[in-house]
Amino acid sequence: MLLLIASFGIVGAAILLAAPVLRRWSYALGAAPMVGVLVYLAATWSDVRSGDAPYASAEWMPRLDLVIDARVDGFSTLMALLIAGMGVLVMAYATMYFGSKPAGYRIAGLLALFAGSMIGVVTADHLIWLYAAWELTSITSYLLIGGSQETPEQRRAALQALLVTGAGGLTMLAGFVVLAQSAGTWSLHEIVTDPPSGASVGIGLGLVLAGIVTKSAQYPFHFWLPGAMVAPTPISAYLHSATMVKAGIYLAARLAPAFATVGVWRPVVITFGLVTMIAGALRALRQHDLKLLLAHGTVSQLGFMFVLAAAGTPYATEAVCLLILAHGLFKGALFLVVGIVDHECGTRDRREIPVLGQGWLPVRAVALVSAASMAGIPPLTGFAAKELAYDAFTHGDAWQTVTLVGLVTGSILTFAYSARLARTFLPRPVSEVAGHSPGWWFMAPALVLGGATLVTGLGVGPTMTGLVSAAAGSLDDHAGGHDLALWHGLNLPLALSGLTVAAGVGLALAHRRVGEVQGRLAPSMRADDGLAAVIRGLNATARRVAGVVQPGSLPTYIGVILLVVVGVPVVGLAAFGSMPAWPHFAETIDQVAVAVVLAVTAVAVATVRRRFAAVLMLGGVGYAMALLFALHGAADLALTQFAVETLSVVVFMLVIRHLPVRFRREQLRGGQTLRIGVSALVAAGVFFLAVATGEADRSTEVSDEIVARAVPDGGGRNVVNVVLVDVRGLDTLGEISVLTVAGVGVVALARIGRGRRRGEDVT
Amino acid sequence: MRRSLIVDLSARLIILSAITLSIYLLAAGHNQPGGGFIGGLVGGAAIAFAYVAGALPDVRRLLPVQPWTVLGLGLAVAVAAAIIPVAIGHSVLEQGYTTFHPPLLGDVKVTSALVFDTGVYLVVLGVVLMAFEALGEQDAPEHPEGLE
Repeated sequence: MLLLIASFGIVGAAILLAAPVLRRWSYALGAAPMVGVLVYLAATWSDVRSGDAPYASAEWMPRLDLVIDARVDGFSTLMALLIAGMGVLVMAYATMYFGSKPAGYRIAGLLALFAGSMIGVVTADHLIWLYAAWELTSITSYLLIGGSQETPEQRRAALQALLVTGAGGLTMLAGFVVLAQSAGTWSLHEIVTDPPSGASVGIGLGLVLAGIVTKSAQYPFHFWLPGAMVAPTPISAYLHSATMVKAGIYLAARLAPAFATVGVWRPVVITFGLVTMIAGALRALRQHDLKLLLAHGTVSQLGFMFVLAAAGTPYATEAVCLLILAHGLFKGALFLVVGIVDHECGTRDRREIPVLGQGWLPVRAVALVSAASMAGIPPLTGFAAKELAYDAFTHGDAWQTVTLVGLVTGSILTFAYSARLARTFLPRPVSEVAGHSPGWWFMAPALVLGGATLVTGLGVGPTMTGLVSAAAGSLDDHAGGHDLALWHGLNLPLALSGLTVAAGVGLALAHRRVGEVQGRLAPSMRADDGLAAVIRGLNATARRVAGVVQPGSLPTYIGVILLVVVGVPVVGLAAFGSMPAWPHFAETIDQVAVAVVLAVTAVAVATVRRRFAAVLMLGGVGYAMALLFALHGAADLALTQFAVETLSVVVFMLVIRHLPVRFRREQLRGGQTLRIGVSALVAAGVFFLAVATGEADRSTEVSDEIVARAVPDGGGRNVVNVVLVDVRGLDTLGEISVLTVAGVGVVALARIGRGRRRGEDVT
Repeated sequence: MRRSLIVDLSARLIILSAITLSIYLLAAGHNQPGGGFIGGLVGGAAIAFAYVAGALPDVRRLLPVQPWTVLGLGLAVAVAAAIIPVAIGHSVLEQGYTTFHPPLLGDVKVTSALVFDTGVYLVVLGVVLMAFEALGEQDAPEHPEGLE
């Protein structure tokens, strides 16, 4: 399995690099690893069915206990089947949809990469690897949504999706860490089999839920999903109906059986799910763009799945397994159909789509069957899944009944928007017939999905029982083992289904009236406006902070730096050390002489009016300092100080050529008091520090050791140099790197400042 | 610009001796006062002197290569000195030394630290050269043709 996952990466990269050569083979090549996954699933099916979970792992960072692994149990098999199966169909569809547009090849490569990440998510057992794959799906999906046509709208939608799912993902990572810490293992299935408990578990679950909710487009984080519909249809069909949005459902279903009763999990997720289901369906009822209708419908269905996945009861778990499959089939087919209509007729608006003629019969059939499955009409898979879902909440306490009412309401609305969609594809009185009808190859993938909906519906028992039981069984020991059937006898779920259909038909017949009410209900504030406002606010705050912190005034910078440099150690010494004693004033008369020179030149620096003179005086201070070093016998230090001083005077000269000759007094007057105050403070601080450090015992164990080992270890008698090149050689390496960067920066800045390129006459 | 012969000649003498001194400081640095940093700074001071005596062309004439070549070479040498010990199975920047007995100079101990120090020397020298390259242009911005 790991090799297969890796092959997605290789194939995806190969397609991206070699698309001009591969041309239309890109799609076939991209589908190859998906076929590989299907073969693998078929080969391991008998083991998985009996409850085994083939496991493989590869070392990632052994010292951090990180592995890349794949554990393929029943639920993973179900998800991988959906991902790989839909993947193959979407690739085939994309071949026809994009034809020989180069953008399509790129998409084929990215789709392969995405599918690999997605397979990684649903098979990962190590939480960090799960997180990594999860984020890879976010990134590849970002590239898929935003990268093909480069319109601002697309980029905005892509960024929105990335921000929302990315933020959720990070929160989830934190949740994973908390969970793994309390469980003592990074393995997802070990955590679930032996769930940890305690306050931190609740926090961890809450954080993980944030990731799930954003990824699965639950209200109020749903808006990125309809936004992402700017992507070409094959991408929407694959990412935003069948696979990526179900990653959250996948994780919720994994965690729910173990954690559903922890803290507020159940009320929270059920509220999220029901709100999403109903609000999404209401919004779908308002859409004219069929693709947006499907998108909001998907949001609604995700809410449905989320309720089932996260309820954590055995029946609900079983229902979600079937619903995931059913939804993948009918929603995938519907997206493909809408894509075909869009491709051939140039519009997706249900009011503008012309009557679809004779050649469209297969497309219309698929659309009607899939819409019926979505509405939950027997004998289709959607019906079986909904029956199971109703059944899951009929034998219980109050919360189950509340949930049930919510689910029925959501399903009635689902029926209504399914009907809204289906009306486009129903036979209508012929006035104008769409001339061009799609080719068979274009329709084939949709036909396969539509046929599968029909077959798995009619024969839900024989075709689905095994897979759903194995999947549910791997999530929860108590789940699975029921024979799926369309007919369970006269019972409450059947009555509720009847109610759903009846009410749905009513809503569909009264669609004009519904439209009016809807128009009045439409909320004025949209959630993505909320996000935009948050981002705008963030940017404005950042600008304001930058304005305060980076005023662009050199005196302010220098003042702050000096005060911090002096203030921190002085405060530290004053708080934790003893006050130093007054030092010897001077040891020899030479020192006094030099000190007088120092003081005079220093005062001169601050008082002369010509910049040139000030620089020379500053040099004088430095030379006097060097002399003081020399008097103390520090030849090295004196030499260095002397060379540095010479250099800085010359470099200062170079710079002040560009400045006015005199300082401008009037400019200084305003802050002069403040500046003198700061200078005095810094001077006092430096004096204090000098006295304090001079008093401290200079020879410590460390410095003695360094001196002692200079010759045997460093091979040199100049201890300073041994320290520089040996003891702290890496520091020196870092310092000269900084010097290099500074040098390059100075030249670059000077050239920009000069406003013209001098590259030509230098060479 | 008129140039004084005395300044030119004495400048050349001083520059040559300063550069010799800087190389001596680099070579002797491990045992005597000196080292790559100080050597580089003294070399830089020599360059500053060349600039004061002549101008940027004189500075450029001192070395046959571009300032950024000196800078980059220095960093490369230092990094190589740090990494090569790793490649042959020692730790970063590990030292080795041998002693030569050339005529006249007595025992000369050459340590691998010298290589690293040479890198440091070149970087310091390079930065000084860069500074002159950047700021030492003849055209000050008062000249309107210097601006676009």
